[in-house]
Amino acid sequence: VPKYAFKVNGKNVSVEAPADMPLLWVLRDLLGVTGPKYGCGVGVCRACTCHVNGSAVQVCTLTAADVVGKTVTTIEGLAPTGGLHPVQQAWIDEDVAQCGFCQPGQVMQAAALLKSKPSPSDADIDQIMNVCRCGTYCRIRKAIKRAATKK
Amino acid sequence: MPTHASQDVVPSEGTAIGGPLTRRRFLTYVVAAPVLTVAASSAADLIAPGKAYAVIPSPPQPENLADLGDVMVVATKQAQDLLVLEVTTDNRVVFRVPRAEVGQGITTALAIVVADEIDARLNDVDVPLEDARQDLGTAQSTGGSSSVRSLWDPVRSVAAEARARLVTAAADRWDLPARTLTTRDTAVWAPDGRSATYGSLTEAAADVRIPAVSTDPKSASEFRLIGTATPRIDARSIVTGSAKYALDIDVPDALPTVVVRPPTIKGKVKSYDASAALKMPGVVAVTELPSGVAVTAKTFDQALKAKSAVQVTWGSGSVDGVSDADIRARLTAAIPPMTPAPPLTPRVDATFEFAFVNHAPMEVGSAVADVRSDSAEVWVATKSPTGAQSAVGDAVGLSADQVTLHVIRGGGSFGRRIYHEPAVEAARVSHAIKQPVKLMWTRNDDMRHGRVRPRSHHQLRAVYAGGDVLSYEHRMSSVEMDLGSGTGQALIDAGYVNPTIGTAFFNISQSCPYNFGPIIESLTEVSYDMPTASWRSVYSGQARAAEEIIVDEIARGMGADEVATRRKFLKAADARAVLDKVATEGRWGRAMPSKTAQGVALHAEYRSIAACLVEINCTGDKPRVTKAVMALDVGRQVNPSGLRAQAIGSLMDGISTVLLAGNHLDDGAFREGSYSDFKYARQADAPLECDVYLVGGTGKPGGVGELCIPAAAGAVANAYARATGTKPRKFPINF
Repeated sequence: VPKYAFKVNGKNVSVEAPADMPLLWVLRDLLGVTGPKYGCGVGVCRACTCHVNGSAVQVCTLTAADVVGKTVTTIEGLAPTGGLHPVQQAWIDEDVAQCGFCQPGQVMQAAALLKSKPSPSDADIDQIMNVCRCGTYCRIRKAIKRAATKK
Repeated sequence: MPTHASQDVVPSEGTAIGGPLTRRRFLTYVVAAPVLTVAASSAADLIAPGKAYAVIPSPPQPENLADLGDVMVVATKQAQDLLVLEVTTDNRVVFRVPRAEVGQGITTALAIVVADEIDARLNDVDVPLEDARQDLGTAQSTGGSSSVRSLWDPVRSVAAEARARLVTAAADRWDLPARTLTTRDTAVWAPDGRSATYGSLTEAAADVRIPAVSTDPKSASEFRLIGTATPRIDARSIVTGSAKYALDIDVPDALPTVVVRPPTIKGKVKSYDASAALKMPGVVAVTELPSGVAVTAKTFDQALKAKSAVQVTWGSGSVDGVSDADIRARLTAAIPPMTPAPPLTPRVDATFEFAFVNHAPMEVGSAVADVRSDSAEVWVATKSPTGAQSAVGDAVGLSADQVTLHVIRGGGSFGRRIYHEPAVEAARVSHAIKQPVKLMWTRNDDMRHGRVRPRSHHQLRAVYAGGDVLSYEHRMSSVEMDLGSGTGQALIDAGYVNPTIGTAFFNISQSCPYNFGPIIESLTEVSYDMPTASWRSVYSGQARAAEEIIVDEIARGMGADEVATRRKFLKAADARAVLDKVATEGRWGRAMPSKTAQGVALHAEYRSIAACLVEINCTGDKPRVTKAVMALDVGRQVNPSGLRAQAIGSLMDGISTVLLAGNHLDDGAFREGSYSDFKYARQADAPLECDVYLVGGTGKPGGVGELCIPAAAGAVANAYARATGTKPRKFPINF
């Protein structure tokens, strides 16, 4: 079994995994990082959205081999331990979450959006494809705008 | 838990605030325990033995006399020792919630009620979900938007009792008159500024025989947290990724398990060959189940890969050969003859169809099970814990009491988690391979073998003349809804089966809010062996949405305004006030460009009222709801932020089921497999502006979880009709 080295939430990790093992299961089953959620396994629902080298990606569609030497950030590593990223704070302030299952992915997606577009337009926010089955979209929009003004 | 300990009963009577339902009084008593532990039981049982069901009229009765919430109020009351509140020595106020948390916010709402009544800081209150308890039965079920309604009085009684005993203990310690002491911030305070935390008083409070101050719950004017918008108490854990769902729980050595499922609904395994799968890396076991073939491995990746390598020969499914068109024909034929309309009298006739809709919660079906020879432990998000516990026991040859079932937070439900197939499957596999397993449905499994809102068909006729509606008839036919779990079981227990549990449910849930002359409403169910379940708002999501569309058409037939027509015919003044709020705030009637329009609808159920006004833009490729204004009168508001969240979510359900999302049945199998083809609304389908107004606010809390869906669905359909000049009849419109 091949070995892959990369960084997860600031720590160097080395995992033995089949070359085609989805990064989602590497994180959840091998590394015990359960913030990224399985919702579809095919990159559609985006509940597993994480950052690889700062960009939002669906880790169910990547493999361990894809991230060798790269930096993977999950929801657990978005803010320093004990602290909150402005997007997380905005999510709490707007009371966005309902069941919460999609929200790690939503937060990671929003954080990546704000990095590339510090003042996103409604059209920019409309581009977010993450599914929220509880239908929290209106509060997600508000929270992104709140985080944008606070940054 | 000291719940079942022999009880040193020192009754004192807690009385609910106001209201005519004097039976909703609870005896509270101290449970023998080293720290203060207060339980509630039904006063009605003791005061009026044998008449505990008296608040429920005999079926069938109209919705406005008894609904599912009332059934749950009584079922909750029937359960002895239902609620237990404990004050720990480390100053935590622990209230074990006999409900599921699936995003609806019940834990936050109840933490608010407990903290307010006992005068604790909100963050000193813990609200763990109660394990399944057979003694609770269906009183532990979650459904019918009834949780706050059924727990409001008893929770406050328990907390008030605890507060009185803590005050008494402090008075004894300080040798001061108890009436001079006050409570706030999880402590008792003396006039001289001394304070004692509840944690420091709890052991002494457990020995208090007779509280020296009133044990009555607060009056509404004293509420401090109730009525104040509060973010979810678990918001931080959610946004930092630490909130644990069933598959996130670290049960040592629990092995990932997935199931090979049939190509058609309820197809059976004829034979299978797992030899190739068993040779694959990490594969531990292959187990035949009634529902398919389970593959257990060291990782989900290995289990999913091995799943594809299992060769299964499938027998036929339960609805092979049946497609949507076949069901449509039977549903149409099942509609009884409509009452003949008088000649030369204007009328509206309409036929509506609603597709199957999967619940599609974000978290797929999941459960962890560890079955041993004489016991089992299960972790699952379920709204019917005792039903799940019994089902697990039955599946593995154990009694329910030998099964410990932990209720875990769920990633959405919308009705789905009334059922608990993953728990039973996980238990069967664990039983067979003698190892703990964590079993997961794939999204395809959820879409193709999960449950659905049944397809329905509606025939409506309204006859009107001279500005009056002379008669109104609504005949609904539906694929039979499986209601045999959770709150459905509560209905069965209460004697409501007429002639099916579905029609009984229909009878107590459906009520036309308008003065439309003689009203006939009926449901006929058509039986198919399919996995159905109630879907958020049950029959109302289709039936009342269809009626709201017809109200618009009646108004236009009369040449009248849609809002003015509703105002004219609404039976209740409080409903008119809710409608007026959206009309005013949403600027009803404002000039709109071509192919854009406003739409409005109203719904009353669960002792609550909701109105919705949306604006829609139909100029592009697909319609977009651009703005929504909603108003709710839910009686007493526990957490306005949570109430608004339920309204916003329901709005998205209305947009989705009317415009976008449904499931096709093709030759015994559902076509859709994931969110790529099951088109639940995304960000780009959500309105850019959404305002929710809360009106009213007195009395007891009504239900809200399902309240807004018919109003939202009706408003979206009505806006679409006005923008496009069409009469929408089949939903979702873009299917």
